[in-house]
Amino acid sequence: MLTIEELNKIREKTKNLVSMRNEGEENKSGYKYQVLVCGGTGCHSSGSQKVLDALHEEVASHQLEKDVKIVRTGCFGLCSLGPIMIVYPEGAFYARVTPESIHEIVEEHLVNGNMVKHLLYESTVCEDGTVKSLQETNFYKKQLRVALKNCGVIDPEDIEEYIATDGYQALAKVLTTMTPDDVIQTLLDSGLRGRGGGGFPTGRKWAFAKASDSDQKYVCCNADEGDPGAFMDRSILEGDPHTVLEAMAIAGYTIGASKGYIYVRAEYPVAVNRLNVAIAQAKEYGLLGDGIFGTDFSFDIELRLGAGAFVCGEETALMTSIEGNRGEPRPRPPFPAVKGLFGKPTILNNVETYANICKIILNGPEWFASMGTETSKGTKVFALGGKITNVGLVEVPMGTKLREIVEEIGGGVPNGKKFKAAQTGGPSGGCIPACHIDVPIDYDNLIKLGSMMGSGGLIVMDEDTCMVDIAKFFLEFTVDESCGKCTPCRIGTRRLYQFIEKITKGEGELEDLDKIKELCAHMQSTSLCALGQTTPNPVISTMRYFKDEYIAHVKDKTCPAGVCKNLMSYEIIPKLCKGCTLCAKNCPVDAISGSVKEPHKIDREKCIKCGLCMKNCKFGAIVKK
Amino acid sequence: MVTLKINGISVTVPENYTILQAAKEINVEIPSLCYLKDVNCIGSCRVCVVELIERGKSRLVASCVYPVAEGMEVYTNTPAVRTSRRTTIELILSTHHKKCLSCVRGNNCELQKLAFDYGVDEDRFAQEEIKYDIDDLSPYIVRDNNKCIMCRRCTAACNNVQTVGAIGEIARGYKVHIGCAFEKSLDESVCVGCGQCIVACPVGALSEKSQIDEVWDAIANPKKKVVVFTAPSIRATLGECFDMPVGTNVEGKMVAAIKRLGVDGVFNMDVTADLTIVEEATELLERMEKGSSLPMFTSCCPGWVKFVEHQYPEFMPNLSTCKSPQQMFGAVLKNYYAQKNGINPKDLFVVSIIPCTAKKFECTRAEENAFDFADVDVSLTTRELSKMIKGAGLKFTDLKDEQFDDPFETATGAGAIFGATGGVMEAALRTAADILDGGSKKIEFKEVRGTEGIKEATYTLGGNKLHIAVASGLGNARKMLDGIKSGERHYDFVEIMACPGGCVNGGGQPVQGDSVRNYVDLKSLRAKALYDADKKLKYRKSHLNPVVRMLYDEYFDAPGKHRAHRLLHTTYVKREKY
Amino acid sequence: MYIKPAVPFKGTKAQEIELKEFIDLEKSQPGALMPVLQKAQEIYGYLPIEVQGMVAEGLGISLSEVYGVATFYSQFSLNPKGEHRISVCLGTACYVKGADKILEGIEQRLGIKCGECTPDGVFSIDSCRCVGACGLAPVMMIDDDVYGRMTVDQIDDILKKYTVKRKK
Repeated sequence: MLTIEELNKIREKTKNLVSMRNEGEENKSGYKYQVLVCGGTGCHSSGSQKVLDALHEEVASHQLEKDVKIVRTGCFGLCSLGPIMIVYPEGAFYARVTPESIHEIVEEHLVNGNMVKHLLYESTVCEDGTVKSLQETNFYKKQLRVALKNCGVIDPEDIEEYIATDGYQALAKVLTTMTPDDVIQTLLDSGLRGRGGGGFPTGRKWAFAKASDSDQKYVCCNADEGDPGAFMDRSILEGDPHTVLEAMAIAGYTIGASKGYIYVRAEYPVAVNRLNVAIAQAKEYGLLGDGIFGTDFSFDIELRLGAGAFVCGEETALMTSIEGNRGEPRPRPPFPAVKGLFGKPTILNNVETYANICKIILNGPEWFASMGTETSKGTKVFALGGKITNVGLVEVPMGTKLREIVEEIGGGVPNGKKFKAAQTGGPSGGCIPACHIDVPIDYDNLIKLGSMMGSGGLIVMDEDTCMVDIAKFFLEFTVDESCGKCTPCRIGTRRLYQFIEKITKGEGELEDLDKIKELCAHMQSTSLCALGQTTPNPVISTMRYFKDEYIAHVKDKTCPAGVCKNLMSYEIIPKLCKGCTLCAKNCPVDAISGSVKEPHKIDREKCIKCGLCMKNCKFGAIVKK
Repeated sequence: MVTLKINGISVTVPENYTILQAAKEINVEIPSLCYLKDVNCIGSCRVCVVELIERGKSRLVASCVYPVAEGMEVYTNTPAVRTSRRTTIELILSTHHKKCLSCVRGNNCELQKLAFDYGVDEDRFAQEEIKYDIDDLSPYIVRDNNKCIMCRRCTAACNNVQTVGAIGEIARGYKVHIGCAFEKSLDESVCVGCGQCIVACPVGALSEKSQIDEVWDAIANPKKKVVVFTAPSIRATLGECFDMPVGTNVEGKMVAAIKRLGVDGVFNMDVTADLTIVEEATELLERMEKGSSLPMFTSCCPGWVKFVEHQYPEFMPNLSTCKSPQQMFGAVLKNYYAQKNGINPKDLFVVSIIPCTAKKFECTRAEENAFDFADVDVSLTTRELSKMIKGAGLKFTDLKDEQFDDPFETATGAGAIFGATGGVMEAALRTAADILDGGSKKIEFKEVRGTEGIKEATYTLGGNKLHIAVASGLGNARKMLDGIKSGERHYDFVEIMACPGGCVNGGGQPVQGDSVRNYVDLKSLRAKALYDADKKLKYRKSHLNPVVRMLYDEYFDAPGKHRAHRLLHTTYVKREKY
Repeated sequence: MYIKPAVPFKGTKAQEIELKEFIDLEKSQPGALMPVLQKAQEIYGYLPIEVQGMVAEGLGISLSEVYGVATFYSQFSLNPKGEHRISVCLGTACYVKGADKILEGIEQRLGIKCGECTPDGVFSIDSCRCVGACGLAPVMMIDDDVYGRMTVDQIDDILKKYTVKRKK
């Protein structure tokens, strides 16, 4: 068992170690350099482990172990630049690092003290050759990191680094100086709302669970981030797992629970591993377990792995799944706060919500409430993806304009294409068209626009994106992911999909659009759970803003974006064709014929519209119609 | 108690009521396809939606699961409600194999009724559909997923009520369907054939395997002599198939109707129920004397027997070796009766009318037969019998009462109450008390009556204490067996019936939909008809039945001995658990 | 009706012991079925009837319940997987960048559909929802190797690596 005094001792001791990583702070770490390599899934996928191995080897071969500390951190956010490496004290940001470039970086930077400018992230190198800090780049400038505070800063597998950044101080404060009601009041005052979808005030949720009388209660964490294209929660778990554990313990104290479950996607092996390490360390230090900080409060956390079911992000379905059943939602009421996991009062929050708790406890509710808009306080993490230059993770204050996120932080739409819409909220959300790009993003504005915050996926679409096709994509997903329990969702989703598919094939009729609307309204009003109720959102929202595209598909049988295969064809312009035969050679289905030096022809019957011919034509003789 | 307003009418109901239950109090029946009282309560079909007004906002909620609250404002028949219900039904119909003209549930289908009531367009959302193979490999149940509407009443009955676990939900989303693990046939599964899934099904996705044609063929065959016997509970339920009130005793009309089908004899199975009691009581006394294989379990329910064989084979020695009344009757007919009347047993076609689908399986058990052919050729459910009567053009309700044929006419009240849970136990107690206490006057053992799942009692008979228990529903049977296994429960004699409430609620009984089952207790209404019949009968103790005495005098000699042992007792086989 | 799978069950005694030990460890925990199935799949690679039977027996629940759960979650597989497992990410970011074309291309080259295994047992194809490498979209994985920024014309070369490896 750890006492608060011992906790503080560890903090003082380790604080120096991490001091170097904060800009402007004096380096007391005893190292000359600290090299942070991102070990998040994005960078891991692009080979950061090999970079780390090479780095260790190279550092050893130069006998720099005493001067250089190598840290594997969580996500920095700029996943498209991975593998990412930062060298302190300069804060030099190396992008797309390869094991081969390590030698040069070690030799030049760590030995000779010169940054290797041609390997740095180009946006940090100014025209005059000076290097600016990462915080000054467009990507980071407008960001405000609260939930992601420690991601990319500390070693997630070292509990002492977490303690150094005031880790477990919030729990200590709560256990020794606050009553459960104080905690609830603090959360209510902060204005924190659930970051997982609905945006329900967290303080109220906790208060309900506290009010329920029971011998056993549970605290659950939803880490089953199922939105395709969203990875906020994963990054937090990978970069700062202890903040989630600490917040869950605070929740346990507040509602009177001694047991917590984290339901995490099995597809997140790195996160699962970090969580396991973190739980083991917290237990070892007595920060989880019996009598934490010498109080009579005990709390334990167990991991449960999801098995690939989007619906398990719905709270009752998640609980059914932890109970070992098919992950099907249950009717509410009774609400989980009254009758949840194993029939006991339960609270469920998602990872990002928990990641805000400790900071609110330590900095006070006023601090948190000072950020954001009238009804949406604090910050929000978004996973920025799709047709955008800087793919990655961003955290901005609530109320930041979509334009700022897309154009400034995201670096705009690449290849000179035009921004068409941004999709938020994943399969349950909707799209925000270009005409609303100046809307300040918060819970209520998104709802007004027919979308929702969801967990924070933000997918950018350009002029080449067909909105009917996007609606089809999301429906295909929800058809697959509907649990099949209630009628409207089980059958309605499938019928919706079939109507939309019919339209993308050029077989749609105008009356189908009415049936689609009717089905959407029916699913919203009659489905059992939030998944079914929100499944029509992508359809409703694309129909609302891009009705002309639907009409074009239905009436004119054309796909304006040139995406829907049945509505377009590839053609060779005889005048431009030189008869080089390259297209014919590349065609996977032998649909192109013609003699050498003679114009070729595409057999439309055979053509599968893969577009390889057009891509390979050097003369621009092939067009999409 | 809480007070709420439904359609503007104030109603006060207990706190644990749902909106659906409360609505009934003001005579509003809310339809439900998934909800079935005591069986399934998951709020999934969404047909029962009503409009709930909260803080000036209205939304649709599923009334079958939504609890009432003080001051609640609910509307059950608004445009939003009607539109929602209609669309839901249209969506269901878009996946439903609409072969309504020839469907076994053609005129008794809950979905069809709703489609009619709400004036739906059955083809509005029709699309190409998933085709499922029909499972008709088992001798008792046919499962047609093409008609299934995924209400899950059947899986709730199989898993929650019966704890058999033969069928469940498979896959998810649009592809979700009901089936056995690894798409096995019911025949390859742990299904016991109780048929509780059939009587729960709102549509024609589940039905018994019909053997009506076999019976018609036999009747038409001049070589065959067709005899029919009816189980005790049929008289209490057959009337429902002809729109008579639940619990009407139609024994006389039933006998008259069957006679008019062209059969050669109509007998009363209550006779062999009495015979079973005599054999079983003898066996029990023997076991108690030896003190071995106790408690003894009744063996008249084939669903229960198969359940033990699959899931608790260690209790097989505890099952009474007595055949069921159906099989005893088969043995009596193919041996004693055939011999006495000079009929080649091969030409005697024996048909039982049984409230049960598992009995169809029992007929096929080789260990039950005296010869190398079945003792009972065909076992028909109450529903099948009613179909034959309708097919024959008989105006059932107008028929004059007639009596069973000799020699199997006279039965006792003890035989009659076999059809209700606790009935076999009470019949056995009447006989045991009479024998052990030398002509005891005690006839009614009310402790074992009633529809609770588990009943226990202790009686002093012949100076000794007899601990008995009665369970109905296999979920309760499981509790009972687990309790005995763990040493928590101690009994000498236990009656178990697979179906909740006993045979009156059997899987072969008339199907009553949500509009009946959600509001009345079928089990007790039907059972009452049997207890009423018992009271009126001349003989009320099995061993006093003159026909039973005649059988022993003329043929079997003494209970449990020689011929009786060979023809009236059976053996059991261990079956796969998974 | 139950149809026996084309590939016979090849479980070993050691695998069985490993699974049973895990079940005994987890049995008393509420909601043990999911972790047990995950372990079983880890041991055997898939969940055939023999394995699900062991799970049902070990946890004292019905086979239909086990099967119902196993078929609900997409992570569980009733069929054996190929020696090399191809997994194409169809998350939103990848989709927007043309992941469907990558999948189509692989299907065409291997002559099987997503979810199937080649007759020689070398490759199986699956799609997945976001591996979290959105920065590299479109992404495909073969076993533990990640291939980012995929294009259709890279498919042949990548597949070749695995067939060549095999010949050695």
